[in-house]
Amino acid sequence: MTVDEAVDLLGLRVLAGRDLERKVTGGYASDMLSCVMAKAKEGNIWVTLQAHQNVVAVGSLLNLAAIVVTEGVEPDHDTLARADEQGVVVLSSAQDSFAVAGRLYEAGIRGSQPDVALSTG
Amino acid sequence: MIPPLIVQRARELGLEVIAVTDHNAMLNAPAVQEAAGASLTVLPGMEVMSREEVHLVCLFDHVSQAAELQERVWEALPPGENNEEYFGAQYVVDSTGAYLRTETRLLSAATTLSVDDVAMIVHGLGGIVVAAHVDRPWASLIANLGFVPRGLALAGLDLSRRASLEEVERRLPQTVGWGKVVSGDAHRLEEMTARTMLKVQEPTVAELALALKAMSGRRVQID
Repeated sequence: MTVDEAVDLLGLRVLAGRDLERKVTGGYASDMLSCVMAKAKEGNIWVTLQAHQNVVAVGSLLNLAAIVVTEGVEPDHDTLARADEQGVVVLSSAQDSFAVAGRLYEAGIRGSQPDVALSTG
Repeated sequence: MIPPLIVQRARELGLEVIAVTDHNAMLNAPAVQEAAGASLTVLPGMEVMSREEVHLVCLFDHVSQAAELQERVWEALPPGENNEEYFGAQYVVDSTGAYLRTETRLLSAATTLSVDDVAMIVHGLGGIVVAAHVDRPWASLIANLGFVPRGLALAGLDLSRRASLEEVERRLPQTVGWGKVVSGDAHRLEEMTARTMLKVQEPTVAELALALKAMSGRRVQID
């Protein structure tokens, strides 16, 4: 899946960045930036409620495909300007992180941890 | 933890400066100041929780400055009442420790202010901000935001009472280069510590800020 396709599928708003044709390599969801720095991978789509300027710095550092900021929270103008400058794609969803991650998972995006076998019992 | 016992414990530990920083409130700072009299400097302040759920120790020289911050923080607190069963009672006491009243506002909630907002407000009021217990995996500037945000008006970093400076700097290299203190973050008397030594001209927040930057001969030494 590309960033573009995720934008269409989830009805996301593009707040910053232009490289929407990039392939999404996987997903990660957390509001703890220290965890994101340790665990998200290059090309991932990151789902978070945080809108602080450090979110963009982490996106740039890890070379993420996109960041989805959830629950309609919008980073401030300076943060988005920096994202544009650094080529970090910032997307916005009115839905919460649970729903966004769930939709992405349904669409085939996986995290870096192996899936837990679903119990049918 | 009532004012006379805090003062007594501070004297036993040989402390000359302490700060009283309740969560999102400064209501008990004046009582501790009064109980201390001239024997001990009590900096009034607050431990503010930002919208990113980062704990920030905000320190001032005067109660009126802390009271102004409290007003700004309370405007940015979500509505709701404290649940004593979960969060404990929020007593306000006098200098003898006698009960005055119970604050019912939910003080353990995060404000809607960002870390940058808090720092700007505190700076504007003449205070300083130290990021609280940055070695912890939660409610910490480093855990929650990964590293110190660019341009943040921050005086320094605080480590929790059992932290080892070497271990923290090895595990969290993004903290290297920042002035640090170790504080008790004491919620109980036995949690008060005397691990931080300040070399300053006088016990003011401006001097503490200089010491954290190791400027003009001021410095901080962690035991």
